[in-house]
Amino acid sequence: MSDPHYHSIRFDASACHGCMACMRVCPTQAVRVRHGSAEMIEDRCIDCGECIKVCPKGAVVPLTASPAGLREFDYNIAIPSPALYTQFDGDVDPGVILQALRNSGFSGAATLSWAGGVVTEVLDLFLSDYRGPAPLISSFCPSVVRLVQIKYPELVDQLLPILSPREVAAREAKLTASAETGLPVDRIHAVYVTPCPAKLVSIVDHPGMEASYIDSAVAISDLFPLLAPAIREVQASGVDIPETESSAGLGWAFSVNLPSTLSEEHTLSVWGLPNVLRILDDIDKGRLHRYTFVECHACFEGCVSGALTVENPYVARSRALRLQHSLPKPDLTDLDEIRARHERGEFRTSVPFAVWPPRPLGRDIVTAIARMQERDRLAARLPGIDCGACGAPTCTTFAEDVVMGHAGEAECVFVHQDQLRDRLARLAGGAAESGPAGPGSAEGGR
Amino acid sequence: MTDAEFVHAYEIAGSDFTNAGRASTSIKETLKEMGLASALVRRVAIAAYEAEMNTVMYARRGTMTLHVTPADVTIDVRDEGPGIPDIPLAMQEGYSTATPEMRELGFGAGMGLPNIKRNADDLTITSDVGRGTILVMTVHVS
Repeated sequence: MSDPHYHSIRFDASACHGCMACMRVCPTQAVRVRHGSAEMIEDRCIDCGECIKVCPKGAVVPLTASPAGLREFDYNIAIPSPALYTQFDGDVDPGVILQALRNSGFSGAATLSWAGGVVTEVLDLFLSDYRGPAPLISSFCPSVVRLVQIKYPELVDQLLPILSPREVAAREAKLTASAETGLPVDRIHAVYVTPCPAKLVSIVDHPGMEASYIDSAVAISDLFPLLAPAIREVQASGVDIPETESSAGLGWAFSVNLPSTLSEEHTLSVWGLPNVLRILDDIDKGRLHRYTFVECHACFEGCVSGALTVENPYVARSRALRLQHSLPKPDLTDLDEIRARHERGEFRTSVPFAVWPPRPLGRDIVTAIARMQERDRLAARLPGIDCGACGAPTCTTFAEDVVMGHAGEAECVFVHQDQLRDRLARLAGGAAESGPAGPGSAEGGR
Repeated sequence: MTDAEFVHAYEIAGSDFTNAGRASTSIKETLKEMGLASALVRRVAIAAYEAEMNTVMYARRGTMTLHVTPADVTIDVRDEGPGIPDIPLAMQEGYSTATPEMRELGFGAGMGLPNIKRNADDLTITSDVGRGTILVMTVHVS
């Protein structure tokens, strides 16, 4: 079932030493540090994995499946994110990596080769006669989808209603495997080899779909130690490699994928969550309606820089660029068939995207007004320097936490200092000397 | 309970294009946090943004004040600037006094005030030429 509180990461309190790196980097202010360790505010987290990237203690744990656990299925197919092909030294052909996956416990391995080309084609077809609210926002990055669902619910109808290449690839791969093995489709387990935790959310939460065609996800970082030796073995064996990824499939992991039928003045390509937040804010203000399509990626360098990759993202990107030149174009000889399937809606999302605005300050408007007044009054007493010592990322979020009863005002070191000074002054009986330094002056502490 | 009112004022600096739009973003965030319906928040956000940009583009400085009551969201924008000599003309779609620089930034289509009018339930504009403009827009909560 779709669940806004499902998350693909967990904070391990025993490993966390409360350094606040994750709290400071979180783009949606979903982390607080309480009692010396990091905690997640579930209705704000978008599973982007920025916290994983910065945690020095490995205390942010992705909930991806362990590679060892995959053996229990009758037939499991690995569907690698094209980011996987950029992780190995020496420009390894994707076909070799697919073979290494088959030698490492997967019954089969399938690419985004065809699906990547199909989705590009379908995007062209869909956008060339789209007349709804503009711009449409790409829905292939699950963190972007969650960001819209949580922070910009009014834009949810502008999420692109087209299936992602990974979902299309999983559906086709299962049908092919079923035909080859005689097993029913539901006994075939599709495993996404993922560069980030967010893809796990799109599997469990399946926004826009009744269910995901993918069944589980394994982290690239978990498979890497198994695959590196398996790749060397395949290379040494000299076996014939029957298939490889296409340039179109690979492109989804790192490059701009804008529809060719729209001119550049009607499209935007946006990379990195701070930039995605700015663009969504502008769309929300009605500024960008002359654009038809905005492609948004949570990670600055695309999927090759996902939180569960191992290679330096710039090195990975450089490899991807070299690889793209050597890979074949996707085989779309069945273009008429693809168009017919598009007409039948086979590449469209099947249910509306849900909206999950975070809990408001109050259940009713009168309570919300009162709490907002209180928050403003408290914020005015705080120093406004966002030092984070209280365990909240900004003074405003701290004020909100206090108003909602999740934190005490004295957890702010500046407020605490003022309170101590007042108490000392009273104890000394020197009220006449201490003057009117009432509780309204955290500034005095600076 | 009718006296429940949240008030927050934002200072807007004329010609400060770096920070332009921050006040309306903050207003939008505040209304969302208060749990107001997203369609309503969007109307307020679009109108507030247009009003904020008018202040940034034409005035020396201004103050934008958000008022929220259980019945209404009101935004009151007072600026010190050239004022609007002919308000009915300024309200016409396509009429604009934007400079080439403003047009370069994507403004000047003459849609600012009409866009505010379209998104607000009530709009009043009073102007003192050479001194400034007062714009008050209201969106009803229900």
